[in-house]
Parts: sequence; C-alpha cells; structure tokens
Amino acid sequence: MSHASQAAPLARDADGAGESRPRAGQPARLASGGLVDRTSTLHFTFDGRSLAGHPGDTLASALIANGVRLVGRSFKYHRPRGIFTAGPEEPNALVEIGTGARRTPNTKATTVELFDGLQAVSQNRWPSLRVDALAINQLGGPFLAAGFYYKTFMWPAAFWEKVYEPLIRRAAGLGGASGLPDPDLYEKSHAFCDVLVIGSGPAGLAAALAAGRAGARVILCEDDFALGGKLLAERREIDGRPGAHWARAAEAELAAMPEVTILRRCQVFGTYDDGVYGALERVADHVAAPRPGQPRQRLWRIVARACVNAMGAVERSIAFGGNDRPGVMTASAVRTYVNRFGVAPGRAVAVFTATDDGWRTAADLAAAGIGVAAVIDPRSGVAPALRASVGGARVLTGARVCDVRGGADGVRALEILHDGRRERIVADTLAVSGGWNPQVALATHKGAKPRWSEALQSFVPDAMPQGMRVAGAANGEMTLAACLAAGAARGEEAAAACGFTAAPAPAPRADDEPCGLVALWHVAESRSKAFVDLQNDVTAADVDLAHREGFRSVEHLKRYTTLGMATDQGKTSNVLGHAMMAALTAGGTDTVDMGRVGTTMARPPHLPVAIGAFAGHHRGKHFKPTRLSAAQVWAEGAGATFVETGLWLRAQWYPRPGETDWLASVSREVRTVREAVGFCDVSTLGKIDIQGADAGAFLDRVYVNTVSTLPVGKARYGLMLREDGFALDDGTTARLGPEHYLMSTTTANAARVMQHLEFCHQVLWPDLDVAMVSVTEQWSQFSVAGPRARDVMARLFGASDVSDASLPYMGCRATRLGGAPARVFRLSFSGELAYEIAVPARFGAALAEALAEAVAAHGGCPYGTEALGVMRIEKGHVAGNELNGQTTGRDLGLGRMMSKKKDYVGRVMAERPALVAPERPSLVGVRPVDPSQRLRAGSHFLRLGAEASVGNDEGYLTSVAFSPSLGGWIGLGFLASGPDRLGERIRAYDPVRGGDVVVEVVSPVFIDPEGSRLHG
Amino acid sequence: MRITCPYCGPRDVAEFTYLGDGTLRRPDPAAPGAAAAFHDYVYLRDNPAGRHTELWYHAGGCRSWLRAVRDTRTHAFESVALATDSVPSEQAQ
Repeated sequence: MSHASQAAPLARDADGAGESRPRAGQPARLASGGLVDRTSTLHFTFDGRSLAGHPGDTLASALIANGVRLVGRSFKYHRPRGIFTAGPEEPNALVEIGTGARRTPNTKATTVELFDGLQAVSQNRWPSLRVDALAINQLGGPFLAAGFYYKTFMWPAAFWEKVYEPLIRRAAGLGGASGLPDPDLYEKSHAFCDVLVIGSGPAGLAAALAAGRAGARVILCEDDFALGGKLLAERREIDGRPGAHWARAAEAELAAMPEVTILRRCQVFGTYDDGVYGALERVADHVAAPRPGQPRQRLWRIVARACVNAMGAVERSIAFGGNDRPGVMTASAVRTYVNRFGVAPGRAVAVFTATDDGWRTAADLAAAGIGVAAVIDPRSGVAPALRASVGGARVLTGARVCDVRGGADGVRALEILHDGRRERIVADTLAVSGGWNPQVALATHKGAKPRWSEALQSFVPDAMPQGMRVAGAANGEMTLAACLAAGAARGEEAAAACGFTAAPAPAPRADDEPCGLVALWHVAESRSKAFVDLQNDVTAADVDLAHREGFRSVEHLKRYTTLGMATDQGKTSNVLGHAMMAALTAGGTDTVDMGRVGTTMARPPHLPVAIGAFAGHHRGKHFKPTRLSAAQVWAEGAGATFVETGLWLRAQWYPRPGETDWLASVSREVRTVREAVGFCDVSTLGKIDIQGADAGAFLDRVYVNTVSTLPVGKARYGLMLREDGFALDDGTTARLGPEHYLMSTTTANAARVMQHLEFCHQVLWPDLDVAMVSVTEQWSQFSVAGPRARDVMARLFGASDVSDASLPYMGCRATRLGGAPARVFRLSFSGELAYEIAVPARFGAALAEALAEAVAAHGGCPYGTEALGVMRIEKGHVAGNELNGQTTGRDLGLGRMMSKKKDYVGRVMAERPALVAPERPSLVGVRPVDPSQRLRAGSHFLRLGAEASVGNDEGYLTSVAFSPSLGGWIGLGFLASGPDRLGERIRAYDPVRGGDVVVEVVSPVFIDPEGSRLHG
Repeated sequence: MRITCPYCGPRDVAEFTYLGDGTLRRPDPAAPGAAAAFHDYVYLRDNPAGRHTELWYHAGGCRSWLRAVRDTRTHAFESVALATDSVPSEQAQ
C-alpha cells in the first residue's frame, strides 16, 4: 500500500495537462497515494448509475472519485447539496442505502464503507435530484424562516392535522423508511474492562498502548473501519515514520496483547452512570447482507472502571453566502479525501481559513499536484512559513469570502472581500476552516457543562464523569505531539487507577505544528443565504430573527430555529450558531462572554442508533419470555388452544371434533365438570413457601383475616391489602406443619406478592423469625373438580386417602403418588367437589396423562382457563377483573373477613370514611331480563330512565360469561349500594360497543349458594 | 447505573426495583391520630435534589431489600446496606 505522504500529481480528465492518464471510470482518482486498495475494484450504483471504487473507500470518497458532486437536496429549501465532511459529523450527504426491506434512509455517505453491489439513492428530491420541483421553496425563503410553522399554521386548529402537517411532511423531510419488517438480526452484548479507550486517533492509540502495556484489560472502540483517526488523513510523521505506518504498528502491538479487545466500526454513543457506556458495532453494514445467523448490528453495554475519551474534534464552518453549495467542504475533509482516499475533490480549490490548520490543506493540495486557486485568510498577519508552504499559490490575507457563485453542480466562483472591494475568483471547490470543536458530548452526557476556551474559540470538557479522562483534540490539545503525549499520560493514569502500572516509556515523538486561529463566525457582507446548520437549513438570518424576537438563550435558539436538532445534532453548526447569538447579544461589542452564553445540553445517543439495535432479540414473540407449564407438551397433544396470561401460556379450552366455536367447547367443558368431572392445570398460580417460628404471626399481619389459628392440615382463603387499604391479592394458604405454610397467589400477581411479602418482612418487621421462597416453578398443580372427582382421586390414591373424613373440605395433606412426593388439597374454585394435586414439576406431565386417563374413565374431560372462568363467575368468586387495584375488601363482599382484633397491612387506611360508605359500588351479580341478550364486561350501570352521563354512573360490570348451567349470560360487577338492591332492574350501558341491556341485580352466587355440591 | 448489593456485589440497575423514601417508618396503628399518620406515611413524599435515602429491591438477584443513600442529581451512591441491617434515622435527609 502506498502512503499518503508520497504525493502524486492529480489525474486530469480532459485537458491533458496531467502526466498520468485518468483511471478508468474514476476521473477524480489520483494516480497514486491514499490508503485504498487499487488492485481491486468494487462496483456500486448511485441513483441507478453504475460506478466503481476500491476497498478502503467510503461511499463519499468513491462518489468524489467518480466526479459526483450533487448528492442530495436540503431539508427545507431543497437546495442542491454535496459532500461537506469526511466523517460521522456529515450534515449534507444523506442517502438511502440498500433496497426492499433493507432500505436504510438518512445514511451518511461519509461513513458508509464501500462494498461490491452497494446501491445508494439520493433522497428528498422529486422528480429527480437534478430537477427538483420543490427547489422553489428557496425563492420563498422569508416565508420559511424560523418560527414560521408556529406563526402561520396556528389557525384553524383542525387544519393542522388534516392539511398543514401532511403538506409540510411531504415538502420538508429526509428519506423514507421501507415500511417492511426489518429482515436483520440485532444482538446485545455486555463487556467489562479496566480501561475503555474511545477513538483510535493518535491520542487513543497512545492511551491504549500505555494501558495495555501496563496489563490492564482494555477495550478500544473505533467508529471507523480503520484504526488511526486523523493519522490516516495527514502527512505527518511519528518517531520518524509516516503516521499511518505508526498507527499500523500500534494496532499490531495491541492486537497481540491478550487483554486488549479492539472493536472496529463501533461507535460509543452514550455515557451513563457508574462507568456504563453504550456502543453500537456495525457488524455487517459493510456487506450486502449479513451471513445467515450473523447480526447486522450489535449493541454493547460496556462497564469500564476507567475511560480515556479520545473522540477528537470536528472542524466547523463559517457562515457566508452560498456556503452550502456542492463543492464547499471543510478544509480537513478536503485533506482527508486527498491523503487517505487518493481522490481530488476539485481541480481548482480555494481555501478560506481562519486557522493555521487550513493552510495545511492548501499545502497538501499543492503537494498532490492539485491546483490551489487561492488561500484566503481574514488575518492580516500570517507567518512566512505558512505562506511558503502552499507552493506559490495566490495568498489573500485580511480577506473574506462573501458569496459563492454556482448551481446544482456546485461552486463556479467566489466573491472575495479584499482591501475594501469585491473580487471574483474562479474555483470549483472551496475548503473552509473556521476552527475546531472538541467532541464534548460523551464528557457532558451526565450533565457537566463544558468550559469555553479562548485559545481554541470553542468549548472543551471541564468536570469529568466518574472514571473518565479526556485526551487529545477532544480536550483541545490540537497538535500531534500534544495528542500523543496526552494520550500516553491519560492511558497510564487510567491503568494506574485500576491498579496496573508499567515502567514509564517515552511518549511517541512528533513535531508541534502551528495551530493559531482567529474567531470568524459570520461574514456580514454576504448577499446570499449564509447557512449555519446545513441539515436543518438554518441560516444566519434565522439566528438574527430569533435574537430580534427574544429567543436568545441557546436552548430557545435551538427550539425556535431548529439549530442542531437534525440527525447530525449540530456537530458542525452548534458552536457557530451559539457564537453568532452571543455576538448579537453583546450588541456588536467585541467582548462576547461565550462562557456565560454556554452551549446546548448534549444527551445520548451521540450518533443515531437504529431502534432495532436497542430491541435486539426482543422482537415479536421474543419480546418477553414465555413461561410454560410442565404439562404444556401434554396439553398441545390434547389439542388445546392457548392463551397468554402474563408471561404464561395456559390451555384456554380443548376443542373437540364437531365443535364450531369456542363457546361450544367451553360450554361442553363446564357441563362436563358440573355433571361428571374435569381437571385443569393450575400450576401457574403463585406458590410461596413460608416457614419459621413467626410464620403464623407474619401471615396475620399481611392478610386481613387470621391465619395463625389454622390447624396443621387445613387451608384457608385469605385476602391481602396494600397499605392504602385497597385489595392487593387473594388466595388460599395451607398449613403444612407447625411452622410451615404454603401460600397461593393469583397467576398475575405472584411476583408482586413475593416482593410485598419480602418488604413486609425485611423492611417492616425484620425481627420476625420467618423466611420465604417462591416454589411456583417447582410444583405442578392440577385441579380435579366435579361430582365424580372423588372417584378420580380414589383411582389415583385409593379410597381411604380421599374420603370426606380423611380429607374434609379445606383439608390438605402431604402424601405420595406413584412413588413421587405429592400434596393434595380439598379446594374448590368451581363450586364443585374438588381437589388439587401438586407434584414436583418433573412429574407434571406424567400426572397430566394419568389424570386424563382417570377422568375419561369417569366420563370427564380436561378443561381450560375459559371454563374455569365461567364456573368461578357462576359461583361469584372474585378474580383479576375484580381485584383491579380500585376495590376494597368491602367492595368485594369480603368485609366480614377483615379482622377487628389485630393490625394488618392496609387496616387503618381501609377505614377511611369514603371507603366504608354504604353507597360505594359493591359486588353484585346481574342477569339480563331478556335471557337472549348478551352482556359485555366494562358496561356501566345506570338507573332505568337515567341519562347516560358520568354523574349518573352507578358502577360497572367487571366479568361476564355465558352460563351453560343457567342458559344465559351472567355478570359480576360493582354497583352503588349493590347488596341492598337485589331484585332491582338497572341498565348495563356500553357506549363503546353499542350495548344497552336491562339487567336484574342478583346475588353474585348464581349456583349452589348453600354449598351442597362443595361438600358433596 | 450500578448498585453494589451488599450480598451480590456491583450489579446492573436492571436487576433492581425502586420503591422510594427509605426513612419512613410504619406508624403505630393503635396510637392516637393513626389515620393522619398513615395518610402521610402512604402518600406524602419529599422530592429532594441531592441526598436521598431510598429503598431498592434486588428482584433479579438475592431478593434483598436495600436501603441506599443516593444523590438524586448525580445518581452517585453514598452507601448501600441491607434493609434488615440498617435502621432508618429520623432525619436522614
């Protein structure tokens, strides 16, 4: 590979003045030089045109090599735009990459690594890039000034959504999403290290070497596909050899260190608390499509004990007329294209620089044989060495560029203000250097304010996030020698902070280059539009307008003009805009206190990150984990239809041949249970094992009723409240031993109840001798219900074990089943004679099979959650719909359970007057007066004849079911003074679905109110 | 954010559930004025910018309730202790 310092003459295309022939298809590719592999050619298309480039090119450098200057149209005015920078700060050259579902809009051409078959399309133009119908917007410029939307589209209000917004969205915008599901995979990785080094420029490499040599675990993240940063773009030497060679040697040394990880194509986008950093690795964006199973991008969560931030700096522009024309570029970008990529951005390049650094662009252009039209510097005194460095090019000091002349193809000439007069200079490209802005974002994400540097005329990081050190240009250390020294020092310190030290080694040596500058923000004599923010089309006039209208704080300026709010987040424009506002605020005096004006708050992400990367694998059905019962495979074999309940998948019903809809299956299951027997998987209910000398006392404090009086071998229904007096959860608790209880919770609240119990124990009453653990996953549990349930149990356990005497209602016992430990409980949710059998989860599937066989032998069937729900509504048992966070024990008809003899969580607050008022809606049952009518949950209760208004609302219907036992729809709900109104007719009104049914208020227990079936 | 659980060591905040003020003491339900005391206990919270004693639950770990002192402006933890080991002081803020 040839090196950039070996300057080569520019290949001329038509005039024949060059020594070498133009390279086939790449008219602006230099004959030699650059870090691209000329032995290999890559083919790509731009707007359908076939073009060629080389490995090592970006899309931007390949477009320049092919003479493409017009790349896109601007956001608001649809002005022609070209390539402005050579890095991730690019505001202009946004393109759509890829086709079909892989089409990615708003991709910066300057960061797209060229690959064979790449398809890129320009965006925000119609009908074509060259002829854009909406370019007329720029003629109407005054109407699209800052604040235009706020002022103009205010009235009539209804027009905003229907007329204005769609129009604006069509006219102003960026690329479009494909609208198709993303076909690619994204993954997340976690990494831990001692020292995270962000950036692999001279400072970053020096830091990584210092920390790596000390033995620290180092992660080096580089956004680019090649390590070296600015070293790749400059003709500078380190330790007597070309900078890029030094970078390659440093990379080889780092790669050989076992504790060092190098992440290329990996941008650190955010600094978070406690040394956590977010980074995005573009794993397969540089190929046409990822390999099967390979993620497109990987989101890294890096936890670092120390960090060296060597993000570098971004060159800023100057506001002057037409500074957005294709061909106007930052001076460092011009240098990068020449030195790193071996392409010539133009043939007659003028340099407009307020910095010493800009002169190096002129020198590099001259060295590469590219014509330098002029060097224009606003300073009157420029060091002779600089003048001598530009190869005899014309030098204008004390001069400014006022306006750029040109069209869609870019710059044709410049208007220069020189010695008080205007002069026209012919040039096809203008390199602009307004100064350097250290990348302060990662150092300020945690809220620290950056500090204004007079020497640099920009902001530099001040207070650092915990563990972060900043080195090099990111810290305003602008010379190569300073970058290397600072990198090595910060790397050593970071390693030492983690306990790693090494023998001090001399920092790599380089010359100090001149880096003086003068502040020049705005050329006030400009006659045409002078842009501040290229991506959002914010002009100097917009900043002026914001100032006149009082939006002077930088945060107001940002929101009023949209300065810095585009996808580039103002990387090239923010400081420029803020400094212009500061100058306006100072009223033309020279004493502008930028430290007081400040800059806008930076927040992560520093660069755009695809939502897919944040989602990772958590998409579609993998959005949340799915919990499966041990009997899942059996239930699938039995043909069950499943329903999601929380994370769990539960059998909803088991359709049989000939059943045409769910209601037929569910009604058949209910009838079978009520007439014979059925079994249901209830493993998903929460199970909490509670043990200890004070377990009973503890349960008395969390339940409204008393549990400690429960004899061993018995279970009791319990209700627990939140401390605010509203119901939290219900369930049965069984006493398995003198100091051993087993609590069951609802499926949905299992984790919440566990957290609540741990809170009660650890925070409220740590003195109680009690311990608890969730055993939900450890036990499979099945309910066996129906008049023939005992026959099924006897078939499994033997008749004596399950007799009414041996296992009475609410009894429980530990036993064995088929050699496995088991627990049986005489509990009923359906109102039938019922048992629950629990076995260790590994026997769950076997028990399901055994139950299916035993139940079938007695004319029964399995039943799902839907039949379970129907039967509990028929029986008036409350469930999740009633325990909805807004109901009290009294509302639920459980007031008598609430003990008056003891304290429990929620007792005091449950006694609040409004919560015990008799007119509070309380649990009732309802049945349509016309039995053919259907009920809908969510309907509101109204008195007959009362207008449907909020003021007349008397409660609501929470649960409904078609009861096969009663041959009609039934419901549970909460009705004002409900229990006193049995027999009254009211309306169940459902304006959402058009329901309006006259219902009769009845007892919530529809079936067997005496409980004779239960005790059967 | 990372929280140093006294039992599990430094762990990611995603493993924890936040509750809030860790200085509150459940009032005596038998004392006079219990209704008002419980109202304050259940509903009233300060919202300090700065030092804050608060409760966290290590749901994705050891299931310990933790009493931590954190600066709400910087998220810097001053201390993290098991709730069972740390009695809230009356004037911790």
